[in-house]
Amino acid sequence: MSEFEPKIVSFFCNWCTFTAADLAGTSRLSYPSNIKIIRVMCSGMVDPKYVLKAFLNGADGVLIGGCWPGDCHYINGNLKARRRVALLTEMLSQYGIGPERLWLRWIAASEGTMLKEVAEEMTEKLKELGPSPLNKTKNAVVA
Amino acid sequence: MSKYIQLAYTKGELNTQLSELFASMLENKAVDAILAPMTQPKKGVMQTLVTSKDNVKEIDPFAPVMPVNSAKIASSLTTSPSGKKIAMVLRSCEVRALVELVKLKQADLDDVVLIGIDCLGRYENTDFLKFQAKEGTSESFLENAMAGKTEGDGFDVAGACKVCEYPVAPNVDINLCAIGSGSGSLFIEALTEKGEEVLSAAGAKFVNGPSGRQDAVGKIAKERSEARNALFESYRSETGSFDALDDKLAACINCYNCRVACPVCYCKECVFVTDTFRHKGEQFIGWADNKGSLRMPTDTSFYHLTRITHMAAFCVGCGQCTSACPNDIDVMPIFRTSAQKIQDRFEYLAGRSVDEPQPLSVFDSDELMEVTGQVK
Repeated sequence: MSEFEPKIVSFFCNWCTFTAADLAGTSRLSYPSNIKIIRVMCSGMVDPKYVLKAFLNGADGVLIGGCWPGDCHYINGNLKARRRVALLTEMLSQYGIGPERLWLRWIAASEGTMLKEVAEEMTEKLKELGPSPLNKTKNAVVA
Repeated sequence: MSKYIQLAYTKGELNTQLSELFASMLENKAVDAILAPMTQPKKGVMQTLVTSKDNVKEIDPFAPVMPVNSAKIASSLTTSPSGKKIAMVLRSCEVRALVELVKLKQADLDDVVLIGIDCLGRYENTDFLKFQAKEGTSESFLENAMAGKTEGDGFDVAGACKVCEYPVAPNVDINLCAIGSGSGSLFIEALTEKGEEVLSAAGAKFVNGPSGRQDAVGKIAKERSEARNALFESYRSETGSFDALDDKLAACINCYNCRVACPVCYCKECVFVTDTFRHKGEQFIGWADNKGSLRMPTDTSFYHLTRITHMAAFCVGCGQCTSACPNDIDVMPIFRTSAQKIQDRFEYLAGRSVDEPQPLSVFDSDELMEVTGQVK
């Protein structure tokens, strides 16, 4: 049986983390393809529904990437994202999706290397952790 | 410092005495209108808006029923202000929900005199009719409930009430104190200047407060807190996974009654009735194709979890969600358990204070560092 490959739905902010992913690419740094990137204008526009939908549809992890505090293109969207992630974590932990599956990371536009490291680290952690509990159930796609 | 007046009543006279007090509030122009639970001509007890002193005779604040959480009624009366001063007689959970609506700018307390009642629980609407049919009255309920007996013939107070740690409403101007007031006696407490003015204008004479009240309230709050902790623990051990949550919600038909009944579900238009969730036929077929089958209606736990992300920070535990469920799903613990964790995380307590900002309306650059675990 082939090794478990986690699916990580990633919401990257256009100005920092997505640009970092771009930089990683142009710098020829390779990072795991487990990271499936969705570009958003700001981490602050990641509605909790997006995260829920990802998990309910079988994502093994969700990674939200935003600018460092103080660097947000929209001044404070990233700080709002942090509060929402804290809220989501409190709720999801009860149902078996712990904070180890929902990550928020600050990755600046210049931090292509950090993007690679975070992608590798999260992929590795999720491989250890195994598939999302929602992936094992037959109705995972619906819920 | 609180001031008290005492109403001594003989059997069957509690509501008469209260109606005289409220009538004099209207007569002396202490307030222009009163919103209070009143006996209806046909049956039941409902919140009723009264502007004439001749129409307060049917007042029944302690009737053990809460047809709707009146925070929503208070919202509709005050978001577009009438310019009239309204006294509102509300339960603890109604007041606390109203405080949250004020912060959401969906209600305004400027022209409102908040009158809380000591709450010993409420029956479900249909159970209350059974209670009335068996000659149950507010006085008999208070007397029995104070002795710890709330059970009727095959029914009891709502599950939410059994685990409600707030028998007394915070943030009110006046409180109708039944707990620890002694048999045949009711104390009316003025907690704010506004409350004192209204009572003085109604011709009240202030006396010393009831001596054993604090202990009696504390005892009830403690018992209910323990019951709450036990409920949370058993709910949490039963539902450690999404599968278990789906089991709880197995009978859910996406009617959305729980959010209609919820006093703090604040969106003007719920996203679940917008085009976002009006999927195309081919989408449904695609989802069914993915796993071979698709439960219809779809998005059931998605809906409940989204509702938690919206309202759990403000959940006051009134239990109207469970009461509103046509399929008898006890949804209250789903919302309350998450609410407790979320409110704890943000050191917030729904209904505690009008001045305390709601968790998702503020943020700070030096907080919640553990979320990312990164330090620059």
